[in-house]
Amino acid sequence: MSHDVALPGAAAPIDEDLAVSSARAAVRRRKLTVTGVRLLLVAVWLGSWELSATYLIDPFYYSKPSAIWGKLVAWFTQTTAFGSIWTQISYTLQEAVAGFALGGVAGVLLGIVLGRSRFVADVLAPFIKAANAIPRIVLASLFVIWFGLGMSSKIATAFILVFFAVFFNAFQGAREVDRGLVNNARILGAGRAQILWTIVVPSATSWILASLHSAFGFAIIGAVVGEYSGADKGLGLLINNAQGTFDSAGIYAGMIIITVIALVAEWLLTLLERRLLRWRPAASGSHDVQI
Amino acid sequence: MIELVGATKRFRSASGGVHTAVRDLDLTVAAGEFVAVVGPTGCGKSTTLSLVSGLEPPSHGRVAVNGREVTGIPDGVGYMFQADAVLPWRTVLDNVALGPRYRGATTSDARDRARDWVGRVGLGGFEDYYPHQLSGGMRKRVALAQTLVNEPRILLMDEPFSALDVQTRGLMQAELLRLWSGTGAAVVFVTHDLEEALVLADRVAVMTAGPATVKQVFDVRLPRPRDAEEIRLTSDFLDVYREVWESLREEVQITRERMSGRVA
Repeated sequence: MSHDVALPGAAAPIDEDLAVSSARAAVRRRKLTVTGVRLLLVAVWLGSWELSATYLIDPFYYSKPSAIWGKLVAWFTQTTAFGSIWTQISYTLQEAVAGFALGGVAGVLLGIVLGRSRFVADVLAPFIKAANAIPRIVLASLFVIWFGLGMSSKIATAFILVFFAVFFNAFQGAREVDRGLVNNARILGAGRAQILWTIVVPSATSWILASLHSAFGFAIIGAVVGEYSGADKGLGLLINNAQGTFDSAGIYAGMIIITVIALVAEWLLTLLERRLLRWRPAASGSHDVQI
Repeated sequence: MIELVGATKRFRSASGGVHTAVRDLDLTVAAGEFVAVVGPTGCGKSTTLSLVSGLEPPSHGRVAVNGREVTGIPDGVGYMFQADAVLPWRTVLDNVALGPRYRGATTSDARDRARDWVGRVGLGGFEDYYPHQLSGGMRKRVALAQTLVNEPRILLMDEPFSALDVQTRGLMQAELLRLWSGTGAAVVFVTHDLEEALVLADRVAVMTAGPATVKQVFDVRLPRPRDAEEIRLTSDFLDVYREVWESLREEVQITRERMSGRVA
C-alpha cells in the first residue's frame, strides 16, 4: 500500500513531474485495456454466435451475424420491401420526435401547474393514478382507429408514453422546491409569476431533464409499436413484415437501426443537459486516484 | 419603526396538538437601531422575524412596521436567512441582481447596481462564479449583497453566520458592521451566540425558553465604531457579557433540562 518514501526536498520537483507523467501514462494504459477487453467481448460473442449458427443451431430461427450484416447492407444499398430505408427511418424518427416534443411540453406544463397548485393536484390525484395504471401501449390500437394508419396515430402513442414519464418528474420537481428559496424571493420582491419563472422552473429542470432521457426511448417505442398496429411506412412496419415472413435477420437489422437512433438521441440529450445544468458541481466521477 | 405588541404565534403540530412558538411578545426597534435577540436554541426566535417580515401572520397581538399593521411583506424589509438562500443556478452577479430585477429594474440597470454591491461585500472578480464554486463565507457575502442591494430600511437576520467557522464568522461580523454603519437601517439580529450579539448590537433582548417571550432587554454601551475582533477582549465587554449571561443562563438551563427529559 504505502509507496511514500521520504525524499530530500531538493529532489522533489523532478520527482513530481515524473509522478504526473507516469500517472498519465497509467490512465492511458487503463483506457486502452478497457477498450481492448470490450472489443474482445464483442468478438467472442459474435464469433460464437456465427459458429454455433453455422454448425449447431438452426439459423432460420436464430439468424447469424453475417446474415444480419448482409440484410443491413441490402437495405442501405438497394431497397426494402416498402421503399428506401431512409424513408422508413425518417418516418419513424419524425413520429418519435413529434411525440417527444409534444409530450414533453405538455408534461412539463401540466406537471408544474399541478405541482404548484395543491387544490388542483388533490382533486386530480385519483384520476392521474388511474390513467397511469392503464397499460398505455394498448392505446396504440385505439389511436389507429381514431387517427388512421398515417403518422398521427403513432405520434399520439409516442405522446402518451412521453407525457406520463415527463409529467410525474415535473410534478415532483415543482413540489420539492426549497421553501427557503421561495421565501427569499418573496422578500426580495418577487411576484407569483416571477417566483414560478426564476425559482420553480429552474429547480424542476434537473428533474425534468432526468426524465427526458428515458422519455426519448419511450417516444421511439411508441412510434414503433404504433407502426406494428398498422402503418404504411416505418421501421416498425419493417420489423413487423420481417416477423410475418419469418425473416429473423430482418428483425435484428431493424433492432440495430433503432438502437443506433436511440444512442444518438441520448448523446444529444446529454449535451443539452450539460448546457442547461452547467451551474451544478461536477459529477463525483472525477475523484483522486492513488498513484 | 418595528413594533410587536402582545404578539403570539401558534402552529398546529404534526401530531394534531397546538405548539406555541411565541407568546405575548413585546418589542420595539427604532430606526437605525441594532437589536440582537438571543435565546436558547429552538425557542422561537426565528418566528419573531417571520412575523415582522410578513411571511407569517400573528395568531394574536399586533405587529406593525412603520406604524402600519403588517399584512403582507412590508416595504423596505430585507431578510437574511439561516440557510443559504442564493440560487445555485445563477452566477454571483445575477443572484445579487435578483432584487432589483424583481422590482422592475432593467437587466443592465440591475446588473450595474449588483456589480457595485458585489464589490462592496468584497467579491469583486467573482461576478461570474456559480455558488457551488464559492466557500461558505463567500456565499454568505453573496446573500448579504443580495439583501442589501434593495437598500432595506429594516434588516432582519436569522442566525446568518451560525454555519460558519469561528474565524470566518468574526470576519463577517466586522463586514456587517462596516456595511451597516451609516445606512440608518434598523437591524433585528437573531442568534444563540451571546458574544456575537454583544459585538454587534445596541440592545440585546433575552428570550425565555419556548414559548418565547422577551425576558429582559439590556443596553450594550460599547462605543462605535467597533472593532469586531478586538472588542471582545475589553473589560467593558466582559462586564456586559457577565450581566446578560446571568439572565440567559437560566433559560438555557431550562431548555437543557427539557431536552434531557425528552432523551431519557
